[in-house]
Amino acid sequence: MKTPASFFKTFFLTELIVGLYVTMRQFVARPNITVQYPEEKTPQSPRYRGLHAQRRYANGQERCIACKLCEAVCPALAITIESDVAADGTRRTTRYDIDLFKCIFCGFCEEACPVDAIVETRIHEYHFENPGENIMTKDKLLAIGDRYEAMIAADKAADAKYR
Amino acid sequence: MNGVPDFVNTLLPFLPEWIQAVVFYGVVALILFISVILTMAFLTLAERRVIGSIQARIGPNRVGPGGLLQPFADVLKLMLKEIVIPTASNKFLFIIAPLLAVIPALAAWAVVPLWPGFAVADINAGLLYLLALSSAGVYGVILAGWATNSKYAFLGAMRAAAQMVAYEIAMGFALVGVVMAAGSLNLGEIIEKQAGGYFSYFFWWMIPLFVVYFISGVAETNRAPFDVVEGESEIVAGFHVEYSGMAFAVFFVAEYVNMILISALTSIFFFGGWLSPFEGYPLPGFITAPGFHWLFLKISFFLFCYLWFRATFPRYRYDQIMRLGWKVFIPVTLVWLAVLGVFFAYDIGPWSK
Repeated sequence: MKTPASFFKTFFLTELIVGLYVTMRQFVARPNITVQYPEEKTPQSPRYRGLHAQRRYANGQERCIACKLCEAVCPALAITIESDVAADGTRRTTRYDIDLFKCIFCGFCEEACPVDAIVETRIHEYHFENPGENIMTKDKLLAIGDRYEAMIAADKAADAKYR
Repeated sequence: MNGVPDFVNTLLPFLPEWIQAVVFYGVVALILFISVILTMAFLTLAERRVIGSIQARIGPNRVGPGGLLQPFADVLKLMLKEIVIPTASNKFLFIIAPLLAVIPALAAWAVVPLWPGFAVADINAGLLYLLALSSAGVYGVILAGWATNSKYAFLGAMRAAAQMVAYEIAMGFALVGVVMAAGSLNLGEIIEKQAGGYFSYFFWWMIPLFVVYFISGVAETNRAPFDVVEGESEIVAGFHVEYSGMAFAVFFVAEYVNMILISALTSIFFFGGWLSPFEGYPLPGFITAPGFHWLFLKISFFLFCYLWFRATFPRYRYDQIMRLGWKVFIPVTLVWLAVLGVFFAYDIGPWSK
């Protein structure tokens, strides 16, 4: 048996009116928390782990020494490396592929690298249009590194004091 | 011919009078049709923006300034999509069902008085016509659910039928009070009976009837929180689960046109339609003058309530809907009709004048 109070509550829809008050408060408050993406972007950390790149030294020599630590540490087995002796007698990679479909962007390759050759940049807006473009070859990685070297160096410098 | 202005005769003197009338009313009906469809289009946008605001989102704001062109983009998308007709369906009924849903919704606008002295068809039994058409609208939903030959659609149709029957009665009873007070079934006369400022609106004397009418209206249009007919979390999309492209869009149009219609009727029956609430106050002319702008404001308010309800309430359970319709609304209206009868017997209220 319902008490008179609960009958009053159900009959005059008091709880529904409280609900309407809550939503109206939200409607009037209009918290502006949406980021209008292409025009506005959220701040990024210098540690952001986006698209990979391979770096060079200032004299143009590629940093990678084909130690294969990144290949060993990669939990997703996304990295494939083949190496040989280069013309100047140094140990260099002949093939350095990262399959971006396998990569989980954990950043372990970057951590493992003794010469800071492989890095993950802040670039997160990229796409593939054809099958096979997901394989980042050595040339593509070096090209990205060349293009964004200033940004990569700045990010590394910003993060260096915490390492 | 009655109601056909003289300029039609000067424009088309070579036509017989009855063809002039047909042409005139055809053009008027077409203008009304386009206005209603445009209002409906922007209502869909308003719905998404309002509910977005309530949920701390923004809503569509990319197509055109402030998202104003979004409805047209949606229409274009729906027009380009294929209309899939299920093999097991009854093809004739499958195609005709959306039309059965939308035609009554649009036809009902013929008797709605838009400003003083104007309705496309100023007929005496306007209210009866409206009740008949709003009952006819459910055939589209039921036939769609049946013709689809899908379990979900059929469940939706069954729910629609039961819900319509329950709320149609409450709605009709609520209108009996309005008819008693106005002494007429003509919508224009119902409005004129409420003249004399906001306190002479029927609303003040029929608050329970107003509440029952508006909530029944929400249930009639299958809007949240009474949208078990669609119930996307239970029966996917209910009666229109197999409809795509323009066939789906037509159901969509029917639903939104019905929303606008119920809002218009609520403002006409209980809030004096195109009458100004500030009649007789020393205020600038357009505020005290009756006109379309007042009807527009009142319709907008009730449409906002529709959106507000949708953003606030979770869906009623099916048995709760039935309980509310049969065991709460119908007794409430009956009791209040008796109370109104006492008012009439002792000449209490604005209708005594």
